[in-house]
Amino acid sequence: MARASRPVSRRQAWWLLATALAASLPLVPQVPPWLSLATATAFIWRAALTWRQWHLPPRWLLVLLVIAGTAGVVLQYRTIFGRTPGIAMLVVFLALKLLELRAARDAVATALLCYFLVLGQFLFTQTIPTAILAGLTVLITTAALLAASDDRPPPQQQLRRAALMLAQALPFMLLLFLLFPRVQGPLWGIPQDRFSAVSGLSDTLSPGSIAQLSQSDAVAFRVRFKGEVPPQSQLYWRGPVMSSFDGRSWRVTQTSGAYAEIPYAGVGASVDYEVTLEPHGKFWLFALELPATLPPNSALTSDYQPIARQAVRNRLRYAQRAWPEAVAGVNETPRMLRDALTLPTDGNPRMRAIGAAWRTQHGDDGAAILAAAEDFFARQLLIYTLNPPLLGPDTVDEFLFDTKRGFCEHFAAAFVFALRAAGVPARVVAGYQGGEVNPVDGYLVVRQYDAHAWAEIWIAGRGWIRIDPTAISAPRRVSSNLAAAIPAGEGLPFLARADLAWLRELRHRLDAVTNGWNQWVLGYNPQRQRDLLATLGMSEPDWRSMTAVLSVLCGGVMLGLTAWILRKRLRIDPALAAWRRFTARLARRGIVWRTWEGPLAFAERAARHIPTHAERIGEIAALYARLRYGPAPQADDLAQLKTRIAAFKP
Amino acid sequence: MRLPELEALLADINRIVLGKQRPIRLSLACLLARGHLLIEDLPGVGKTTLAHVLARVLGLDFQRIQFTSDMLPADVLGVSIFDRDSGTFHFHPGPIFTQVVLADEINRATPKAQSALLEAMEERQVTAEGKTRALPEPFFVIATQNPTHQIGTFPLPESQLDRFLLKIELGYPDPVAERELLAGADRRQMVADLTPRITPQRLIELQDRVRAIHASTALIDYVQALAAHTRTTPRWQAGLSPRACLALLAVARAWALLDGRDHVLPEDVQAVLPGVIAHRLRPTDDTARTDVEAITAALIEAVPLP
Repeated sequence: MARASRPVSRRQAWWLLATALAASLPLVPQVPPWLSLATATAFIWRAALTWRQWHLPPRWLLVLLVIAGTAGVVLQYRTIFGRTPGIAMLVVFLALKLLELRAARDAVATALLCYFLVLGQFLFTQTIPTAILAGLTVLITTAALLAASDDRPPPQQQLRRAALMLAQALPFMLLLFLLFPRVQGPLWGIPQDRFSAVSGLSDTLSPGSIAQLSQSDAVAFRVRFKGEVPPQSQLYWRGPVMSSFDGRSWRVTQTSGAYAEIPYAGVGASVDYEVTLEPHGKFWLFALELPATLPPNSALTSDYQPIARQAVRNRLRYAQRAWPEAVAGVNETPRMLRDALTLPTDGNPRMRAIGAAWRTQHGDDGAAILAAAEDFFARQLLIYTLNPPLLGPDTVDEFLFDTKRGFCEHFAAAFVFALRAAGVPARVVAGYQGGEVNPVDGYLVVRQYDAHAWAEIWIAGRGWIRIDPTAISAPRRVSSNLAAAIPAGEGLPFLARADLAWLRELRHRLDAVTNGWNQWVLGYNPQRQRDLLATLGMSEPDWRSMTAVLSVLCGGVMLGLTAWILRKRLRIDPALAAWRRFTARLARRGIVWRTWEGPLAFAERAARHIPTHAERIGEIAALYARLRYGPAPQADDLAQLKTRIAAFKP
Repeated sequence: MRLPELEALLADINRIVLGKQRPIRLSLACLLARGHLLIEDLPGVGKTTLAHVLARVLGLDFQRIQFTSDMLPADVLGVSIFDRDSGTFHFHPGPIFTQVVLADEINRATPKAQSALLEAMEERQVTAEGKTRALPEPFFVIATQNPTHQIGTFPLPESQLDRFLLKIELGYPDPVAERELLAGADRRQMVADLTPRITPQRLIELQDRVRAIHASTALIDYVQALAAHTRTTPRWQAGLSPRACLALLAVARAWALLDGRDHVLPEDVQAVLPGVIAHRLRPTDDTARTDVEAITAALIEAVPLP
């Protein structure tokens, strides 16, 4: 108790101020500006208190400040519950706690609060820099905690001791991370407050919506293929399928009858891969055409798109298989076909007329109409560009006959419109096309600028066929990438540009590190844990065996660390060990060996105290002195010393 | 298993220099360790007698050099004089060409004369007029100096002090010893009556034996720990140098031999420690300088045996 109520020294106060600063600085972007300012004022106040050794503010003032801080948080957020208000409250408490550092227990409480705030950072971001920053803060806080019990050592030494302690804790942390039974869901899976900043495909497609996406180099998802990466031109990542057209935008039709199983048969070779999907706030899961399996907790829509039961708000990983050559929809329902033929009642008269002409010429022959449409698109000499001109009400006509400049959504929409006008069921498929293999870790990275739209045509007897109208005008978009297909001089995102090779190389490395972090640290879920345990030879571990393994390993690490620390003591001279037993015995008689005392000098002193044992004490001391300090001791000297000491009962 | 010849020798000295067993034993240890001895004390406490007796019982030649402020190096080392008969220069060796030299009141001489002696001590040879002459073997210098606060002294710098293996103080004899001295026979006559106990050859043998005394790793650890402590505590201006550690080990070995052991114990190190550190460690706090015993005790008690 005396320790807990010891006053806080100046040095300890500086330590606590440093750790409070380290813990609260990363939270500045999360809390409102007035709170940052107030906290900074409290810190400066604390520094002045320490520097000038002023008296602490009176309690009534602190109580007022607590009330004011709480009121401020409540006014700001209308609540004190939830992630950001909670963290803001903790920052208020930390700042005020610094102003009432009276006793050692206040110091300890401040340090613990700092640990908690470090944890709070992870509620906002979980990136590698956050983790490094948090590690440094934990180091400073640990040093402050050490200083709270003993403030004499200089700062470097406190930090070194703290680092040593954290290093000793590291194996336990790793063991617990890897083996402690995991709960389903991500580590930091608390409901997030907002999702405004997430970019990605939406469920409508209008001229310019994908062109806008092409300016973003954010990662959409990463893919690891089990075998070879399929050729670029086959990498169609199926996203939302849009059948309903209102004259300007294409929309996803809300299909009710979703499939729980794959409704088509596999044909040809399959491709196995694993997708790590970045959160995008929508339900759909991207899969290579055509999906052969369904990720867990998902279903297949009637237009063959896997969708999750819950919106993807956290990074999601799923294994997938694709049948690139599968045939789907040969027996498509009349309703689906009707949906795929519906056009608005008016608009785009020129294209409608051409479509009607094809219809009269080829009748029901879908394949012939398709060939005519492809031929028509090729002859229009359309230009693929990131900066298409604005279009009026008749988007398809204006694009095809007037501006002739468009991005993939223009091509896909116009093509689908043309075929519908000719009576061939068609729909727009949005998604991603291509991707870039990161040479560092072998992952295929698909970014937002890989977003694409293409068409799907239904032909009797052949089912749904993928046609990419963009490829007719700009074949390099599909065979290589966006940069190759865009005319020179158009603004591309940095990463899509071919000439910045060094930047791409750097970005590849960074991306591989980030991906590793996502895969193995943030994405370490029960499945990963089971996989790891399986490779360790525990196929279906229950919590009992997990606990047993965990205890054994932790015990092992503990023993190893203890052995490492005791290394020096384990190498102790056996003669010295025997001598310590001897001196311990004499200590019980009140004759305490001083650590600097030579053996003979001690023996002389001891003999004076207990003259009856003088002779034996002298013998033992001489024997020990010869063993420890003499040249080449006799073989039985040590044994003799041990037996004599064992027999010595003062 | 003490060596009887050394015991007899010490008994002889103790019979003449009364009540000074410990300094006498230390000075013999210093001689056995092939070092030189510095005695700092007031005049008239028996420094000269001690040096004289030591030379006598060991059967060594003895010379005394009284240092004065007008002394020149040649007065110590010797001088070449033109011999008219042979028509050549002839070297007349100085008083340093002997086995035991008593350099009395060394801090009265100028640094020039001091350094002539100190260089000879270190190299055990004299270079005069381009010719190098070896000094006899064994060679042992006992220098005395007056306490430095006395008038008309040139204090020896630290680097020169370091050349002395040990520095001891004799101090006033206790009343019993003093009374015996006053009542007893003439010391000068007693010295003259002494017979050598050992030959110079035997002395060299014993010096070689000292070098062979075993110092175990545990003991060397201890010496290092002591030195490390002097280097890290702010109590001293500078810690013990490696040369000082060697000196400590050498004297501790001689001390162990005097005790009849073939290995050094921490007790030996502790016993000789005051003599080794007295002229080597300068306390940062000037007031503490005088009490060497107290300083040594504090040092010993601060360093546990490894």
